[in-house]
Amino acid sequence: MARIELNRLAHAYMPNPQSRADFALKEFDLTWDDGGAYALLGPSGCGKTTLLNIISGLLAPSHGRVLFDGHEVTGLPPEARNIAQVFQFPVIYDSMTVYDNLAFPLRNRKVPAAEIDRRVHEMAEMLEMTRELKRKAKGLTADAKQKISLGRGLVRDSVNAILFDEPLTVIDPHLKWQLRSQLKHLHKRFAHTMIYVTHDQTEALTFADKVVVMYEGEVVQVGTPDELFHRPAHTFVGYFIGSPGMNVLPCAVNGASARVGEHEIALRGGYEPPPAGSKIELGVRPEFVRLGREDGVPVSVERVDDIGRYRIVKAKLDGIPFSALMPEGAEIPADDARVRFDASAVNLYVDDHLWP
Amino acid sequence: MEKKVNQKAWFFVLPVVLLVAFSALIPLMTVVNYSVQDTFGNNAFFWAGTDWFTDILRSERFHSALWRQFLFSGIILAIEVPLGIAIALAMPRRGLWVPVCLVLMALPLLIPWNVVGTIWQVFARVDIGLLGHTLANLGIDFNYTQDPLDAWITVVVMDVWHWTSLVVLLCYAGLQSIPDAYYQAARIDGASKWAIFRYIQLPKLHRVLLIAVLLRFMDSFMIYTEPFVVTGGGPGSATTFLSIDLVKMAIGQFDLGRAAAFSIIYFLIILLVSWAFYTVMTGKTKESDR
Repeated sequence: MARIELNRLAHAYMPNPQSRADFALKEFDLTWDDGGAYALLGPSGCGKTTLLNIISGLLAPSHGRVLFDGHEVTGLPPEARNIAQVFQFPVIYDSMTVYDNLAFPLRNRKVPAAEIDRRVHEMAEMLEMTRELKRKAKGLTADAKQKISLGRGLVRDSVNAILFDEPLTVIDPHLKWQLRSQLKHLHKRFAHTMIYVTHDQTEALTFADKVVVMYEGEVVQVGTPDELFHRPAHTFVGYFIGSPGMNVLPCAVNGASARVGEHEIALRGGYEPPPAGSKIELGVRPEFVRLGREDGVPVSVERVDDIGRYRIVKAKLDGIPFSALMPEGAEIPADDARVRFDASAVNLYVDDHLWP
Repeated sequence: MEKKVNQKAWFFVLPVVLLVAFSALIPLMTVVNYSVQDTFGNNAFFWAGTDWFTDILRSERFHSALWRQFLFSGIILAIEVPLGIAIALAMPRRGLWVPVCLVLMALPLLIPWNVVGTIWQVFARVDIGLLGHTLANLGIDFNYTQDPLDAWITVVVMDVWHWTSLVVLLCYAGLQSIPDAYYQAARIDGASKWAIFRYIQLPKLHRVLLIAVLLRFMDSFMIYTEPFVVTGGGPGSATTFLSIDLVKMAIGQFDLGRAAAFSIIYFLIILLVSWAFYTVMTGKTKESDR
């Protein structure tokens, strides 16, 4: 187990990166606390896997350093870093039994046979696979294979970190929950540093204590699920997390109120005036948007989707689309609708970044 | 679940059956016809029963040709399969050199067999051949027309040159189908190069190797053109393989009955050995599926 520090890390796949756009991973600093359960969340192609492979040593970063517990490991190969990595598609050694699969990393490291036997049995018990030990690994189900790949990583002594690269992609939906809670359980018991890459927000939010959100090669926010929900640091975070995502409305700001279209919207407090010429937007989650007849700004309701406990209302404010989440049974006025935003839940964004 | 038997399939197979009947079964039946009869021309046939078969099976000439044939197939399999795997492993997995390597590898396969024979026949000649003459200049006494061992070396090297590419291309295709994650996981597991080969690459190559071994065995067991062009079966009968012997018997001596029996025995041996290879190699797969 280790604290992982990334120091001015950046990576470009091309040999001579010129502009910022050439970097698959733009320069950043980040510390992953020892024993933390992290999720690395972002859309496909945002650099998640690149970052993960840099931490595991499969990829050498073009800039910056990687430190485990203060020791530099940037130049070390993966086998010297003592990390476990579980891939999107289960990697098992087909021709071996489950036992041999689990023993493989130990045998490669010349661990004595008695010690191998003890640890393999311990690991099998932990994964609840003692009964399958003698079986060939080939015929197993995808989730059993994924457990073996995890076990192959954990069987080594005190691994520094466990990295998951979308490990549940090929698992049946009903087993996903089961496997994820097993992971949570392992984390509680052994307190490994875990980094879990996913593009699925539910997976990220249920697994992690802290979520690292990436967007176009940049780490845009590191925070608890609660922080990501209430104070998204970037419009992308607001939009990507939540269903539906945060409403982002272009506006002009004037002290304690914002002007959207022809209408004034109350803000939480006074804001510093943003620099001239920047893009100013107001962000509010659909959960904090209330539609009614009495007070607020007039809007036109475009469509209503019933999703059981809630209804998602798509509406327009002076031609700017936004959505609202209305509880079951609440009246949704078809015409003469008015909208009110909960001022404490309205965030201001300047050039996509949260304006404090 | 019980699968429904669909008789319609027969209609789809029928054209192929007819085609195979004309191209293979009917000619084969003619051979069977010859093998159990004797003829002295004039379309007069006399029943010979199994005489030709016992004759062939007892003949010293057939035994030595058969022994030579097995030795030849054994040698070229022992060279071409490991060499093919080694070259496939050494080829780049991606990048600009991939098409270059592939084309270079495919070249020998594109050359007609008798041309391959002619190339090596000239190449290895002591008087004008690049290889033969160079060897002679180096003081090595090499003459494939007189020395049986030299003749064997020439024929084996020629076959390796001609056909190793096939094994390479098959293995390369097999290697390309291994996802990157396997290599990444192996690195994290601290696997050595040998362990990666033994536990990742070789198991994945299993199927293509089966095909490679079968193809190379069948082809080498039936080899005719190249040694015929280079050595003509000589010196003496040192490189007279089964097919060369068969042609001598059928066309040279016009011994049709004996040659027909020879053909059928020859065919059955290939069938039997191929079946044995297949059973052994797929049997192993089934075991590992358990």
